[in-house]
Amino acid sequence: MIRFEDVSVTYDGATEPTVRGVDFEVPEGELVLLVGPSGVGKSTLLGTVSGLVPHFTGGTLRGRVTVAGRDTRTHKPRELADVVGTVGQDPLSHFVTDTVEDELAYGMESLGLAPEVMRRRVEETLDLLGLASLRDRPIATLSGGQQQRVAIGSVLTPHPQVLVLDEPTSALDPAAAEEVLAVLQRLVHDLGTTVLMAEHRLERVIQYADQVALMPSPGATPLLGNPAEMMAVSPVYPPVVGLGRLADWTPLPLTVRDARRRAGALRDQLAHPHPQPQPAGNRAARAARVGAGGTRQAPVSAKAPTSAPTRRWRRPLRKPTTPSATPSAVAETRSLSVRRGHVEALRHVTLTITPGETIALMGRNGAGKSTLLNTLVGLVPPTTGSVLTTGVPPHRTAPPDLVRRVGLVPQEPRDLLYADTVAAECAAADRDAQADPGTCRALVSELLPGIQDDTHPRDLSEGQRLTLALAVVLTARPPLLLLDEPTRGLDYGAKARLVTLLRGLAAEGHAIVLATHDVELAAELAHRVVLLAEGEVIADGPTAEVVVSSPSFAPQVTKILAPQEWLTVAQVREALA
Amino acid sequence: MTDRSGLHPGAWWLWALGLGTAATRTTNPLLLALLIATSGYVVATCRPRAPWSRSYSAFLKLALAVLVIRLFFAVALGSPIPGTHVIVTLPEVPLPHWAQGIRLGGRVTAESLVFALYDGLKLATLLICVGAANALANPSRLLKSLPGALYEAGVAIVVALTFAPNLIADVQRLRAARRLRGRPDRGVRGLLQVGLPVLEGALERSVALAAAMDARGYGRTAEVPPAVRRTTAALTLGGLLGVCAGTYGLLTAAGGTYGLPLLLAGVAAALAGLRLGGRRSLRTRYRPDRWDVRAWLVAGSGAAVAALLTLASTSDPKALHPGVVPLVAPALPLWPAAAVLIGLLPSFVAPKEPS
Repeated sequence: MIRFEDVSVTYDGATEPTVRGVDFEVPEGELVLLVGPSGVGKSTLLGTVSGLVPHFTGGTLRGRVTVAGRDTRTHKPRELADVVGTVGQDPLSHFVTDTVEDELAYGMESLGLAPEVMRRRVEETLDLLGLASLRDRPIATLSGGQQQRVAIGSVLTPHPQVLVLDEPTSALDPAAAEEVLAVLQRLVHDLGTTVLMAEHRLERVIQYADQVALMPSPGATPLLGNPAEMMAVSPVYPPVVGLGRLADWTPLPLTVRDARRRAGALRDQLAHPHPQPQPAGNRAARAARVGAGGTRQAPVSAKAPTSAPTRRWRRPLRKPTTPSATPSAVAETRSLSVRRGHVEALRHVTLTITPGETIALMGRNGAGKSTLLNTLVGLVPPTTGSVLTTGVPPHRTAPPDLVRRVGLVPQEPRDLLYADTVAAECAAADRDAQADPGTCRALVSELLPGIQDDTHPRDLSEGQRLTLALAVVLTARPPLLLLDEPTRGLDYGAKARLVTLLRGLAAEGHAIVLATHDVELAAELAHRVVLLAEGEVIADGPTAEVVVSSPSFAPQVTKILAPQEWLTVAQVREALA
Repeated sequence: MTDRSGLHPGAWWLWALGLGTAATRTTNPLLLALLIATSGYVVATCRPRAPWSRSYSAFLKLALAVLVIRLFFAVALGSPIPGTHVIVTLPEVPLPHWAQGIRLGGRVTAESLVFALYDGLKLATLLICVGAANALANPSRLLKSLPGALYEAGVAIVVALTFAPNLIADVQRLRAARRLRGRPDRGVRGLLQVGLPVLEGALERSVALAAAMDARGYGRTAEVPPAVRRTTAALTLGGLLGVCAGTYGLLTAAGGTYGLPLLLAGVAAALAGLRLGGRRSLRTRYRPDRWDVRAWLVAGSGAAVAALLTLASTSDPKALHPGVVPLVAPALPLWPAAAVLIGLLPSFVAPKEPS
């Protein structure tokens, strides 16, 4: 259906091709997953299928891409619109009209289908994607998962033979992601649609793939093969594969169900050293346990020497709390409610955040996670109730004072960056925070080795940009650090670096609150999980307790090894060592 | 929410323009108030719950602002209306001789105030009627009713319309981000410094949207014979020239004879050009709005109000333009008032939003 013949793409001004030597065929009716670290050219390869690369983006395409027999060199994107449907990561930038029904009809109108055909297909698609109850709704009022389904529906109505999806579930909460993936599964199984998809969150999608096209590194030739074989050699893999590799299972399991069937022996092996009830427990507890047991070690990063002379800017903010001392709160909210228009974004939220603690804030899209973070940093004043951050109400504190109390890395880290170069950005951050000149630059060099002074922030990768924003925020050394969806668009490598970094900060006494959909990240990092639903706190407790009991927020390792309470592959590895 | 069984947006615009035309025919504050009440009632009963329908309150505020500014000018700059009822005498600012005819301060008479009030109210009513049309008719559905040849321009307008709210959201987000950097988030400087990133973001979004639209078949065209293409160009250009010349003829004293025919011929040629141009477009329409009996009734009620008030203003100018010198209390002329009430018809025939 899609045939790549020795394809390479070179963008204007680039010396090296972004992708090269792509030579494979996607058979009709299969779901092929494009896997690889950030920056290997997955999006570029997807773009060549719809013809947007190179017709829209510019650059030079060598070789040949044919879709349903049409050569993309001679067919412009608009002339491929009836055979290829493309959905990007951000559905909002895809919508042309303002209501669901019009959006579904838009593509067909452009193709000039007869009104009766359009009417029938819109109704069919509404049913297929479960959108019938939303047909008259303005698109702006829909949730993320609903928007992504509308985006998929809008390219389905012209009945394309090929669907191209670039990270369709990255921005979605676990339940919404399942919604979208169930739809894709149905399209492949029932309608024989060919799907080519790239996704970083492999734990969500790998089980649906018929084949995997692995792009191991930039410029390397992609390999096509069955998912289990490809996962055995892939540099990026989901936790279920990680556990399978650890336990030497062949072929590698790709689903929790497969893994559970094989996990009997592993469970027995793990049953004897009882798993820690709170493996990522607070510092004091961990210290106590390490002292007592000695077999299980705290994560390496937590032991990072904090008194080394080269790391003066990372000295501990507070002395590590001893088990007997009651930690003073770095922030607390009491019966906090926030109304926005007619929507009650937060209802009676009472929360205490103590130094050195990492809290994961989880819940559906629109549950109030971002609002809570914004309230803690003073962007949103409370409607009723109170919020205190390091003892002051943040919305009444002047910004220059506030940055030294609390820092937020927003969902789009680019919002924080104004300057043209990394050096200028750092100088501005030092001035804003009234820190010694060079503080921020030193942080950047520590967190992001090898970044040049004159790099434009726009040219950084997602992960690098996030880290730069983090460095800018950390320049003022706020005791409370907030992160909104930090792993959106990060691959496993960038995520692992972020985890190490945040663990180190927590060990130094920073309190960290992260709003995230990423259950694996929460399992790795958080001591405590707070679940929000419709603005209310519905669960608040140690990570293990909260996520183990939840079907949608439990990480894969927990599901595989239940009823034992393990959260991450790293824990299992330590226990076996 | 849009209502598929809803009225044709064009009908709402004709109705509102009818009421607006009626408002320009009178300065009687009672009639104007009745017009405002009529349109307000229809908006209250028929307005859909949708983002664009919230614009009504913005138009109300704008109308109020217009009224206040008109009164302020009458007070501050004086008014040519002669009057005897002095309310207050403001200190007059002496102006140099070259500013003769302009007065700052001085006497404020009741007559000048009442005249300004009537005048401002007329303009305010017109604005409120336009606001009513905005609140009742979905702008993008109105654009969908455009002829095929204008469709692509229509999409550009729709995209531009959604651009503004996004831009405002961006500005708010980036100003919030300034606060996160520890810089003051208020003031003009703050606004200026986020300008560049906001424009950058807007540009990126536009490019992403353009890519999405291209990939979804926007701009696919049908092959048309060159003869048709040339005829289209000739008709459209000739038509536009005709319209220009005709309008000029109508407005100059000499061209009274050839003005109107030329204008009509120009319009006809331009319309034919548009229709022929539509052949290049492959597009079909999904569930177009139907112009049904209710649409006729709604549009007709607006037209009736306009026609009747125009008639009344010629037959009974006294009642529709109550005098200000000497000051008299305006009376409510009975049958023009009844005519205004015809404008309430849509609230009975138009489909209601289920609450």
